[in-house]
Amino acid sequence: MKLDEVKIGGMGASRRRVEDNRFIRGKGNYVDDIVLPGMLHMEILRSPVAHARIKSIDTSAAWDMPGVRLVLTGEMMAARNLAWMPTLSYDTQAVLATDKVRFQGQEVCAVIADDPYIAKDACGKIVVDYEILPPIVNPVQAADANAIQIRDDKAGQVGNKVFDWEIGDKARTDKAFADADVVSKIELHYPRTHPSPMETCGSIADYDRATGKLTVYMTSQAPHIVRAAVAMVAELPEQNIRIVTPDIGGGFGNKVPIYPGYVVAILASILTEKPVKWIEDKTGNLISTGFGRDVYLKGEMALRKDGKILGVRMNTISDHGAFFSDAQPSKFKIGLMHSAFACYDIPTAHMFATGYYTNKAPGGVAYRCSFRVTEAMFFQERMVQAAADDLGMDQAEFRRVNFVKDEQHPHRTAFGFLTDSGQYEKCLDIGLEAINYKNFAAEKAEAAKRGRLLGIGISVMTEPLGAGNSREYDILGIKMFDSAELRIHMSGKALLRTGSRGQGTGHETTWAQIVAHELGIPADDILVEEGDTDTAPFGMGTYASRSTPVAGAAIAMVARKVRAKARKLAAHLLEVSEEDIEWELGRFYVRGNQERGVTIQDCAMAAYSNMPDGMEPGLENVAYYDPPNLTWPFACYIAKVEIDPETGVWDVLQFVAVDDCGVRINPMIVEGQIMGGLTEAYAMANMQYQTYDEEGNIIGGNYMDFLLPTAWETPGFELYEVVTPCPHHPIGAKGVGECATVGGPAAFVNAVMNALTEKGVRNIDMPLMPNRVYEALTTGKDVYGMPPVRSGN
Amino acid sequence: MSSLYEEVHSAPSSDIPVRQVTVNVNGESRTANVEPRLLLAHLLRQAFKLTGTHTGCDTTNCGACTILFDGRPIKSCTMLAVQADGHSVQTVEGLASASELHPLQEGFKQEHALQCGFCTPGMMMAAKALLEENLNPTEDEIRWALSGNLCRCTGYQNIVKAVLWAAEKMRAELN
Repeated sequence: MKLDEVKIGGMGASRRRVEDNRFIRGKGNYVDDIVLPGMLHMEILRSPVAHARIKSIDTSAAWDMPGVRLVLTGEMMAARNLAWMPTLSYDTQAVLATDKVRFQGQEVCAVIADDPYIAKDACGKIVVDYEILPPIVNPVQAADANAIQIRDDKAGQVGNKVFDWEIGDKARTDKAFADADVVSKIELHYPRTHPSPMETCGSIADYDRATGKLTVYMTSQAPHIVRAAVAMVAELPEQNIRIVTPDIGGGFGNKVPIYPGYVVAILASILTEKPVKWIEDKTGNLISTGFGRDVYLKGEMALRKDGKILGVRMNTISDHGAFFSDAQPSKFKIGLMHSAFACYDIPTAHMFATGYYTNKAPGGVAYRCSFRVTEAMFFQERMVQAAADDLGMDQAEFRRVNFVKDEQHPHRTAFGFLTDSGQYEKCLDIGLEAINYKNFAAEKAEAAKRGRLLGIGISVMTEPLGAGNSREYDILGIKMFDSAELRIHMSGKALLRTGSRGQGTGHETTWAQIVAHELGIPADDILVEEGDTDTAPFGMGTYASRSTPVAGAAIAMVARKVRAKARKLAAHLLEVSEEDIEWELGRFYVRGNQERGVTIQDCAMAAYSNMPDGMEPGLENVAYYDPPNLTWPFACYIAKVEIDPETGVWDVLQFVAVDDCGVRINPMIVEGQIMGGLTEAYAMANMQYQTYDEEGNIIGGNYMDFLLPTAWETPGFELYEVVTPCPHHPIGAKGVGECATVGGPAAFVNAVMNALTEKGVRNIDMPLMPNRVYEALTTGKDVYGMPPVRSGN
Repeated sequence: MSSLYEEVHSAPSSDIPVRQVTVNVNGESRTANVEPRLLLAHLLRQAFKLTGTHTGCDTTNCGACTILFDGRPIKSCTMLAVQADGHSVQTVEGLASASELHPLQEGFKQEHALQCGFCTPGMMMAAKALLEENLNPTEDEIRWALSGNLCRCTGYQNIVKAVLWAAEKMRAELN
């Protein structure tokens, strides 16, 4: 009898999550829940100022406090060659400050004590004498020829520039602009924000002198990269380093980098010979760990009168804070910003990118996106709306005219990416139908009678998810592949381990479904383990939506390797040659005689009890997967908003999301990812940002200032599905975890701007807080940048 | 102390006074010696080893530490352990019986109302307080009751559905 794939929890089953069983009982195991015998607690003293020379540090009063075991300063780190560490972008970052502090919140000292309250008290007893230096809080100041140099520690560094970088065909793009009927322009700031997972960063370092083994429990999205980095930085033998990531309370890119606290805790454990726990507080997390975005974008589009896009110019200026620690592939200085316009058929494009140091927190992490893709897609869809407006064309029609058509795939983009599949027009049509686009003009007129302004905003995008291939994508030279190891026990149950690391993304559930699909073993019979570098095969971790595209593919491939061996066992059991064996889900049978067969479970038992002569016993394997290309999911998001012109408050009346992420392994989890991503998109558009005042004080360093939407504000989302399988992925899947965060913001902003078009307003930079919308409404002028820094003035 | 022996430190680690508190936790009376400044969330997590109550923001904003205090939802990161002396608290660990999940726990799983799970215990405790007052809440009433609890993963839509799911089950059990 044929197995029902959905019943065994295979592909397409909205299987309820395995990990929920512990989370709903309060039995999750997050890093702060772990208690080791004799454990000490670490607290970090942070700089209160943005830019200052350290004249002296007096730690004596802290040392004198009962319960204090160790006080570490930059000088003490330097004596062990640990005052600086490498970043993921070939820069260096201070672990504890020695010469200067370069941003507010920078790590200056660490206290290790018997309990966290004492450690915090002792931090208050440390006296640091700062000589205040002028702070630089935006790229305009950083670029000034007379600006103070932030990174005077770096030999050969000139001024405050991090990089200049360009891509595309400049000459051909210049020609396209010369030939254009209309040139449309836009200027935007994608504000600085923070991924802000609910759980902050933290670790427990446990060095055992007797065995020489260092175990670090930590909230890392990429434990194997941490192991490699610790081996290099701390010069410890890699086999003696074990990184364990227990349950992660949300990551969103914030938990990819290696932070100073981890390094200090490791040294503290080595020095005290006790486990040392460091749990960041929320402010520490918000003001010192990897931020997202903070890019100024200028763009121009060359257009023909009939609506055809002839070429695009992009110019980006990015603010990287005090250390260039973007988590991104080495080859691309501003991530995959050049993935902009990948869903449009544009003959030529050119981009110029410049990055600057400022006296702000370092980071530039891929906050729920694939390396600056969010900025790229936001810019793309704001530019497209501006161009449609300038041409007087309908915004949906303008997109339709310029889409890459289904049959044009595989399609080489103007910046050189290869998109491989998609049904863009179909997705757009479903979205327009769902939001009743045809009726919008009538609705708008009706709302106007009530004194309300209605706007509709479209955002479409295809984005590159799931780095690598290894030809083009590496981090610090390590190629971006991933891995899976599958062991089938003799009873036909299985253990699966991967190099990825879930962070609420349901790996323990969906990974088993892929094996169920490939082998017919019920998903409930498969245990999934991740996050322990002593047991999991090497992988590059989970970010940039790469788990399903890369590790997910490795799982399918390892299952196929296991199936190939099981086939030999089946031939042996059925006493026929291997060529005469056919496969159906969960079972081999003899060609021409479907009744005569053996199950995968029979083969598993035979691998331990009845293998043919000469065959290696056991049924297990490992696969490393290097994808041939990125995956290219597509999405169409449409928002309909209503503005109250008397207050500037806008409400979302309807939001439609059409996602094509290829084959869906677990539709329930996919939809959960989309709704979560849309909520973060709504947050970005509406309230979630960080800025700095002229003195370099961060605004947005706690949840009173850094606003996140609650259940009350968050609108409802209507989800629709289109499936275009990825042609090169073994199960046809594409990434999905980040599509909504990437594509969502422009839908909200385009909708509000659409409502304001007749007022002569072309742009309000995010966040679209009511006071900013009100300002635009009453002045009829655009609102640029963040207070107190305004790029457009 | 009920243990056979307790290590005595050779010197007092500090001169901070210590007070004894007795709290009824999930129906069981528990006693601990605490510094007056110890937060209730830390008493639960560290002294009583009930790590299901999470501390997210330390500023009463995120609600990950929500528990029921004499039946009312409070944020345990903003209450001192000594304030709980003589009172009763319920935490996520008290939701399920040995054999059966609480309908909210079932609802959260069935409706995919959690991802990373960090906000989940606080969400469920806040929802429990709502359902104890109102077993037939509207979507708006649920959203308002949960507006003191932040979630970064789910987008709330499924959390609202989970509470509706639980309310329906609890109503059916009453009949």
